[in-house]
Amino acid sequence: MNDEAEIEDGEEEELDLSTLDDDELVKQMHDDLYDGLREEIEEGTNILLSRGWGPKKLLDDALVEGMRIVGIDFRDGILFVPEVLLSANAMKGGMDILRPLLAETGAPPIGKMVIGTVKGDIHDIGKNLVAMMLEGAGFEVINIGINNSVESYLEALEEHKPELLGMSALLTTTMPYMKVVIDAMVAKGIRDDYIVLVGGAPLNEAFAEAVGADAYCRDAAVAVETAKEMMARRHNVRGAASG
Amino acid sequence: MPRGDFPTPPSTLVIACGALAREIVDLKRANGWRHMTVQCLPAELHNYPDKIPDAVRGKIREMRAEYDQVFVAYADCGTGGLLDRVLEEEGVERIPGAHCYQFYAGTPLFESLADAEPGTFYLTDFLARHFDRLIWKGLGMDRHPQLADEYFRNYKLLVYLAQVEDDDLLARARDAAHTLKLEFEYRYTGYGDLERVLVTLGRGV
Repeated sequence: MNDEAEIEDGEEEELDLSTLDDDELVKQMHDDLYDGLREEIEEGTNILLSRGWGPKKLLDDALVEGMRIVGIDFRDGILFVPEVLLSANAMKGGMDILRPLLAETGAPPIGKMVIGTVKGDIHDIGKNLVAMMLEGAGFEVINIGINNSVESYLEALEEHKPELLGMSALLTTTMPYMKVVIDAMVAKGIRDDYIVLVGGAPLNEAFAEAVGADAYCRDAAVAVETAKEMMARRHNVRGAASG
Repeated sequence: MPRGDFPTPPSTLVIACGALAREIVDLKRANGWRHMTVQCLPAELHNYPDKIPDAVRGKIREMRAEYDQVFVAYADCGTGGLLDRVLEEEGVERIPGAHCYQFYAGTPLFESLADAEPGTFYLTDFLARHFDRLIWKGLGMDRHPQLADEYFRNYKLLVYLAQVEDDDLLARARDAAHTLKLEFEYRYTGYGDLERVLVTLGRGV
C-alpha cells in the first residue's frame, strides 16, 4: 500500500503549510489572502510566529503585502467587491492574532485616526477596510461606526485627540454632511489641529476641496499613503517651527 | 382644430440607464410617443458610477446631430455631481434627484422613508426582477453566503418601490427581503417623476 494519501480523481491534495520554508509560506499566504482563505491565513500566521517571526515583520511581509496585491487587482478591475471582502476577512483573522502581540512590543503608532461614516449613512464596508489597512500600516484607529452626527465626531476628537479625522459617505445625499462637520470644526477653532481625509464612492477631489478637507482618498491603499505622507509633513512642519 | 395643426413634438433622444428601459418603453407605448428614441447604457454602470459621465457624454456626442433634443434619463446615480458637470457642458438635462429610488418615489416620500430608517435597502421593479443575478450572484453571495451578513449588517428594512402592480414582482421582492433577513415594506409608486419628466419632453417644453 502506498504511504502517501490516496487522491480521488478531481480532488486536490491539501497543502501542509508547515512543510513550506519561510519564503514559500509567505508567498502561499499572499495567495491565500488573495483567495480569501481565513483559516489558512490564521494557520500561516501561527506557524510563522512559532518560527520566531516578530509580529511587525509578519504583518508587513505576509499580510500587508498580500493585501497590497489585492488592492492593485481591485483597482485594475480584476478583483471585485466580493473578493476584496473575503480577502479583508482573511487579513482580519491574521490581525486578530497579531494585535495583542503588537501591543506588547510597545512600538508607538505612526498616528491616530478617528474614522466614521456620516449622519444618515449606514455604509461602512470601505470605511472598515480603510481602518484595517491603516491599522496594518501602524496607525491607531478609533472606528466610531456609522450614522455619525457632528456632535459624535467632535466628541470623539475631544476624547481621543487623534491627528487625523476620516469621514466616509456612500450616498450623494449624505456626503454634504462632511461640510457640516468641517464647518463646525472651523467654528470651534480646531480645524487646523487635524488632518481631515474623506472618502466614498460618490466623492472626488473637487468635492474634498469644496468642503474643506485635506484630501480625498479613492481607496484604502491611497488612504494609507495619504495618511503617512500627511503625518510626515506635519512632523516636518512642527519640527521646523520648534527648531 | 384642423388635422395637421397639432404641434409636432421635437424628435427626442432619451439616453437612459438600462435599468429604466422597460419602464420608458412602456410609457412610450402607452402614450404613443413616436417622436422619442431611447438609447440605453448598461445598468451595470450603477456599480461603477465614475464611468457614467463619460459614457453619457459619448452617447450624446455620437447621436445628438440626428435629434431636435436630447435628454438623459439618469439621476445623479452616485456620480457626486460629475454627471451634472458633463450635462452642463453638453447643454442637456436629466431627471432631478439623487437616484431612481428618489425619482420613482418622489422626493417627499423618499426623504421620509430615508429619515425613518437610514438602514433601508430599496428595490425597484427592475431590481426585484433581476435580484438573483444582479444582487445575490452579482455580489458573490451565491458562492459565499456569509457575505450577506457583511453587506447587510447595518440594514433593517427592504422597501419595494413598485412601478407596476404585479403579484410576481411583489413575491420576488418579498423573497428578497426574506433572503436578506430584512423586514419588508411595499410601496406602489408608479413611474413617478420619470413619467412627469418624459411627458414634459413630449410637449417640447
